[in-house]
Amino acid sequence: MVPLSWYIMLSAVMFSIGVFGFLARRNLIIIFMSIELMLNSVNISLVAFSHYLQSMRGQILVFFVIAVAAAEAAIGLAILIAYYKNNPTIKVDEITGLKG
Amino acid sequence: MDTGFSISLLDIRPIVPEITMVCAGLILLLLDLVVRKKEVVAFVGIVGAIVALYGTFKLYGLSEPQIAFSNMFILDGYANFFKLIFYLNVIMTIGISVKYMKVEKASYGEYYALLLFSTTGMMIMASAGDLIVLYLGLELMALSTYILAGLLRGQTRSNEAALKYFFLGAFSSAFLLYGIALTYGITGTTNISDIAVSLLTLDIVGNPVTMLGIIFIIVAFGFKIALIPFHMWAPDVYEGAPTSVTAFMSVGPKAAGFAVLGRVLFDAFGVMQVQWVSILIPLAVLTMAGGSIIALAQTNIKRMLAYSSIAHAGYMLLGIIAGTSIGLTSTVNYLMIYLFMNMGAFAIVIMMRREGFQGENIEDYMGLAKDHPLASALMLVFMFSLAGIPPTAGFIGKFYVFMAAIHEGYTYLAIIAVVFSAVSAFFYLRIVVYMYMKDPKESVTLTTSPSLSIVLAVTAMMVLILGIFPSILLNLVRYSILG
Amino acid sequence: MPGTYVPSDYFPVLVIILIAASVGLGALLVGPLVRPRRRYKQKLSAYESGNPPVGEARQKFSVKYYIVAMLFVVFDVEAVFLYPWAVAYDKLGIFGFIEMMLFIFILLVGYIYVWKKGAFEWE
Repeated sequence: MVPLSWYIMLSAVMFSIGVFGFLARRNLIIIFMSIELMLNSVNISLVAFSHYLQSMRGQILVFFVIAVAAAEAAIGLAILIAYYKNNPTIKVDEITGLKG
Repeated sequence: MDTGFSISLLDIRPIVPEITMVCAGLILLLLDLVVRKKEVVAFVGIVGAIVALYGTFKLYGLSEPQIAFSNMFILDGYANFFKLIFYLNVIMTIGISVKYMKVEKASYGEYYALLLFSTTGMMIMASAGDLIVLYLGLELMALSTYILAGLLRGQTRSNEAALKYFFLGAFSSAFLLYGIALTYGITGTTNISDIAVSLLTLDIVGNPVTMLGIIFIIVAFGFKIALIPFHMWAPDVYEGAPTSVTAFMSVGPKAAGFAVLGRVLFDAFGVMQVQWVSILIPLAVLTMAGGSIIALAQTNIKRMLAYSSIAHAGYMLLGIIAGTSIGLTSTVNYLMIYLFMNMGAFAIVIMMRREGFQGENIEDYMGLAKDHPLASALMLVFMFSLAGIPPTAGFIGKFYVFMAAIHEGYTYLAIIAVVFSAVSAFFYLRIVVYMYMKDPKESVTLTTSPSLSIVLAVTAMMVLILGIFPSILLNLVRYSILG
Repeated sequence: MPGTYVPSDYFPVLVIILIAASVGLGALLVGPLVRPRRRYKQKLSAYESGNPPVGEARQKFSVKYYIVAMLFVVFDVEAVFLYPWAVAYDKLGIFGFIEMMLFIFILLVGYIYVWKKGAFEWE
């Protein structure tokens, strides 16, 4: 039996890797994958908590997160493609049309 | 296992407005396929929103708060009032965008459907009694708004705005989820009222995990309502998105974010007020200061209004920090007033846009008063109101928020707010100076349409009426929140 | 009969499994010793169902693939809600059935929209 704290640690580490990837990487697709990693780390901790607490709520939320992540992926990639059609780059440093 | 969710037909009644909105959105999607004239689609969209508004109005009179779907959905006066803000927001946005979308050559029917879906998401957020529902409402709102921001597919600016909004929005919702997961782990529930109970019964008020959960949730909503230091997306997105969408999302998602902050912090984490207030105070100070100061340097009016919107979020936060129902009332009151003055200002910005001319530089407003005295006078009213100069509504909004803060002993915060309010007057009044005291570089023709004029008339009237008779609105807010 | 379970009842099955495994492994092991070894270019190239392979494996795809793939992902993942519904169908009763029909109806509206917009048109 794997104790709860291991799952929580795993989830925290995955989340941190996701945050780091989001902040440090310069390729939009990898940033996108970092976000997915963050969402899935949350899913792990939700399922672990759900099992530990013997409550279904966490698992219900996981279902919704999976569905929303799919919608998010579709919309994100669509926006990316729309952008790419006008300026063919996926490097963050080159996206400087608006100052910021 | 708590699988005892029971659903009955009675649960349907409180969500009738939401169902109406979704149906209207679906009808618009299908209508768009068969109808050529997008004005028809826009009109049907307004009708749908009005029908839903009527539904909310019918439910308004119910004295008891309605609870549906095993406590997952709450319909009380608080939620109803926020829904009123959202309806007005979407109706006025449709009003100002019909002509504008033609000028931008982006008359898509989906635009109106997405506006309705996004508004539905906000309504669900305002009524959420459970963190799961809250998350779903948030995503429905956010996903629709990402697309809206990138609606002008041919313009790099709009693409880029959508891209930035999407990435930072997705990032922030991941934070929200982590906060929800931690809260769920420590309290064993996602229900907002049950969280408050478990915090006390399990004695976990000072627990670091609980704190971390709150911090993550506040950070996530900090992104949504653009508090400094989570604001970096706002100016770019506001500038790049279509102006009507900027108007829509500078009020809607912000109000929804405040609705949720009010609900979660007051109802779920009410016992931890000391802790979350100490997080919010530095955020509020930074937001008021940064928003007002950076706005001084802007030359693009949409960017300037973006920073102004950030600064206003800082003022509104004071009501939440006060931590009383009076404070909450003042914040909600401010939001309603902000809706009118902001929408009006953006309506003027939209009027400046015409084919081959952006009209977004502040210099484009030079000497506007000579050719277009009426439009300039309206802009003057909105700018005065945003700056918080009596007798406009903006003054009333700020006044009550500051009073609420002082009442709870946060006098120094109120003083800081007044100082930065004075700083912000500088950049609002600069526009007025440009309009009235400079000579025009070139004559500007305004793009008008009947619906835009109606919105302008309504917003200007409301700004003035609420400035002179503030009790009308304030009594309604008090009635809604305090019962 | 429960309780009088004798493991040796399955001994023949074990023998069959062992024989089957040894035949398979034996064929693999003995084969290389017996069969002729001739290597030439066509044999070493990637297997493309009999056609000669064209170009590199890494190449650009048309954006059409992504649109179809995204639509597939969105509609496919919505099926995730059907599983818990199907499991709890008995308890949810007629109300749950209507709810799920509404859910599918909303998906259907999306589907009609996508269809009429021509996202499924290949050319």
